[in-house]
Amino acid sequence: MPHDDHSHSLLPSDPALRVKALETLLVEKGLVDPAALDEIIDTYSHKIGPQNGAKVVAKAWVDPDFRAALFSDATSAVRDLGYYGRQGEHMVAVENSATTHNLIVCTLCSCYPWPLLGIPPGWYKSDAYRARAVREPRAVLSEFGTTLAPETKIRVWDSTAEIRYLVIPERPPGTDGWSEEQLAGIVTRDAMIGTKLVEAPA
Amino acid sequence: MDDAPAPVFEEPWHAQVFAITVALNEAGVFQWTDWANRFGTTLKQHGLTRDLNGGSDYFYAWIETLEDFLADQKIALPNDLQFLKSAWEQAYLQTPHGQPVKIQRT
Repeated sequence: MPHDDHSHSLLPSDPALRVKALETLLVEKGLVDPAALDEIIDTYSHKIGPQNGAKVVAKAWVDPDFRAALFSDATSAVRDLGYYGRQGEHMVAVENSATTHNLIVCTLCSCYPWPLLGIPPGWYKSDAYRARAVREPRAVLSEFGTTLAPETKIRVWDSTAEIRYLVIPERPPGTDGWSEEQLAGIVTRDAMIGTKLVEAPA
Repeated sequence: MDDAPAPVFEEPWHAQVFAITVALNEAGVFQWTDWANRFGTTLKQHGLTRDLNGGSDYFYAWIETLEDFLADQKIALPNDLQFLKSAWEQAYLQTPHGQPVKIQRT
């Protein structure tokens, strides 16, 4: 059969075939279950994402008791809201203020608070971000369109497999009287990583 | 670098190798800390000559780390994986388009 016809199935890429080989062997050894793999992918593609973190931020803005609990022990405080599990064993919330801005990175690989933000975006995993967030955070922020006052201090937090951070952005003006749900609607993933601010509603 | 919704995984094999790794960690095959350290080392090596992107470059490093880790633990030996990869390749080339692709295992 000539190889330039398309009568056979489309050949997956080399890495895709390597992954299939791994999966076949691990399933045969009983170490992984294909249904469990589908469940993991579905969970992170559709169920867990930045909407979780946004609810945490909104609650911290409106509920002083929750806010206090969050800054004393974020892991327990968010567990009480139902956010726990893989890569959320030890979470720390860091708060932006008029004088301090927080930025999160993982210089080692891509550690990230999965239960609150899901799987990190591509740029978070890139060398460019991982190296430059520490070295020149202000330049990185400006590429995201975020300009801080020159006197604002920037703290960069390096996530690890043990500790994962979540930025609690400043609540924008013009949101007085908003419900938690409305507030959660304006909190973006990037604001919780610290590359952006939460914008005041137009 | 904006907030536009993007797929969580750019390609199906990224999702698949991610899920395999999470499942192995949960099965107790390795600790996540050990995984992260090894993965960080691979990323560093790959990144010596050029800046890696957070998509395929990242997942090439991921799959290499996982293969090496499982080889060190004698769970998946390189020869066995190579054999299976060839079997899948053959199966794709020999299966008529539209039919399920399967490999024969004894």
